[in-house]
Amino acid sequence: MAYEQVKVKTPLILRLLPILSIITFFGTWQLVVDWEIVPSTMLASPIQIFQLFLVKWTEVNPDGALLSQHIWTSVQEAFTGYLLALLVGIPLGLAMGWFIVVEGLSRPIFEMIRPIPPVAWIPLVIFWFGIGISGKVFIIWIGGIVPCVINSYEGVRMTNPTLIQMARTYGATDWQIFKQICIPSALPMVFGALQIALACCWTNLVAAELLAADVGLGFLITMGRKLALPDMVLLGMIMIGLTGVVIGVVINYFEKRLLAGIRR
Amino acid sequence: MREERHPGQAKIECKDITKVFIQKGKQRVHVLDHISLDVKENEFVVILGPGQSGKSTLLRIIAGLETPTEGHVRIDGQEVEGPGPERGLVFQGYMLFAWKTVLGNVEMGPKLRGVPKKERREIAAHYIHLVGLDGFENHYPHQLSGGMKQRVGIARAYANNPQVMLLDEPFGQLDAQTRYFMEKETARIWETEKRTILFVTNNIDEAIYLADRIVTMEGKLPGRMHVVYRVDLPRPREHTDMAFLKLRHEITEASELTL
Repeated sequence: MAYEQVKVKTPLILRLLPILSIITFFGTWQLVVDWEIVPSTMLASPIQIFQLFLVKWTEVNPDGALLSQHIWTSVQEAFTGYLLALLVGIPLGLAMGWFIVVEGLSRPIFEMIRPIPPVAWIPLVIFWFGIGISGKVFIIWIGGIVPCVINSYEGVRMTNPTLIQMARTYGATDWQIFKQICIPSALPMVFGALQIALACCWTNLVAAELLAADVGLGFLITMGRKLALPDMVLLGMIMIGLTGVVIGVVINYFEKRLLAGIRR
Repeated sequence: MREERHPGQAKIECKDITKVFIQKGKQRVHVLDHISLDVKENEFVVILGPGQSGKSTLLRIIAGLETPTEGHVRIDGQEVEGPGPERGLVFQGYMLFAWKTVLGNVEMGPKLRGVPKKERREIAAHYIHLVGLDGFENHYPHQLSGGMKQRVGIARAYANNPQVMLLDEPFGQLDAQTRYFMEKETARIWETEKRTILFVTNNIDEAIYLADRIVTMEGKLPGRMHVVYRVDLPRPREHTDMAFLKLRHEITEASELTL
């Protein structure tokens, strides 16, 4: 290739300012608690949260599970729902984009379910599944499937019509065009859906766990509230954020590798 | 060279083609008005006209991508009812499969027709060589320059072994130098593997450089055929040749085009 990879240095100020911002944020937070400007029943300091974080790896009480168990349960639930959402949503969306019969049949039902927030399903889900893993998976699935369907559908719809016409001049069948032209050109949109659906799933997971669970990061927050322990609430929040970021980075990595040849 | 099965019969026969588009459900746009055009086997015909003269629509009708409001198109005496593999298409915007390599793009046509892998690899290799892209088989379109992309487009059209090649302003997006070079390449490719070619352009030099026959279109809708010029200059042609310049002057005068 004629192009050489050159590393462009970020200006010094852009590297310093974020550090400064973070130090100021946590410093102020710490001081606000230390000097009791805010009472300790309302806010825990970063150091207290970090201490609880260390303790929770080995200490089951007061919420009944180790931090690793909370994380693992939440990740398991989220991924089961997420994968099921991809498995159903992406093929459905792709087919809706290309086959008029599929679109005609599934569109009205999809549009009916779409505006209902997944959290609104929770009471019904408790009737059906109790507070075990399957109910939460169902809610995560409902939340994750929507962006999968929409993005895959739009991806197929945005296929360049000239490419389809060209494939027709080659004598391609409808199915061949769908497989060889529509799906590949929808892929960037589908990968977009992976990220969006994951964010949806992760958010819904917490909502589901807040209402019905006995272990999980959302449950950790609920317990923190019930026991009036702000450090536990904040630890739960931070762990949800961190785990979400880690999953996002992993997905992003795979997306980049898989799409290397497609990016224009 | 292939044998002509029906001597004297036109390869492409357009008879009284009229096209009216209905826009937004009620507005009628008259794009083509009674176009009749015969193209002989292995003839290189250029349709020359300014923008908005209906020339691309004519090409799309011959390709079978649009149906004429009136009239018909026949290829080898067979009426055109839709797109088909005997007509290869090359577009201005390249229209490559961005997710396929050069090889993948060129072998797409044979692949969709169900040609076995080994055979279609040979076909693809042959045409990639013909357009001078050896060594770029595994490059993706985004790694290629505009001229190279259009070479892929030409190789891809050739790979279906079409009877007729339809090129719609194929070099319209290229810079002047690359365009000039690609015109030379087109002439070389055509002389190596002759096909009946219908080439749409708005560039007079390009038309004279390539064509056996130039069909000019009037500059406004509805598109009407204006004058037909026969270009009897020997190949390879020279842009600075006296006869070249004379013809160029004649066409410019007649069509009142400004370059």
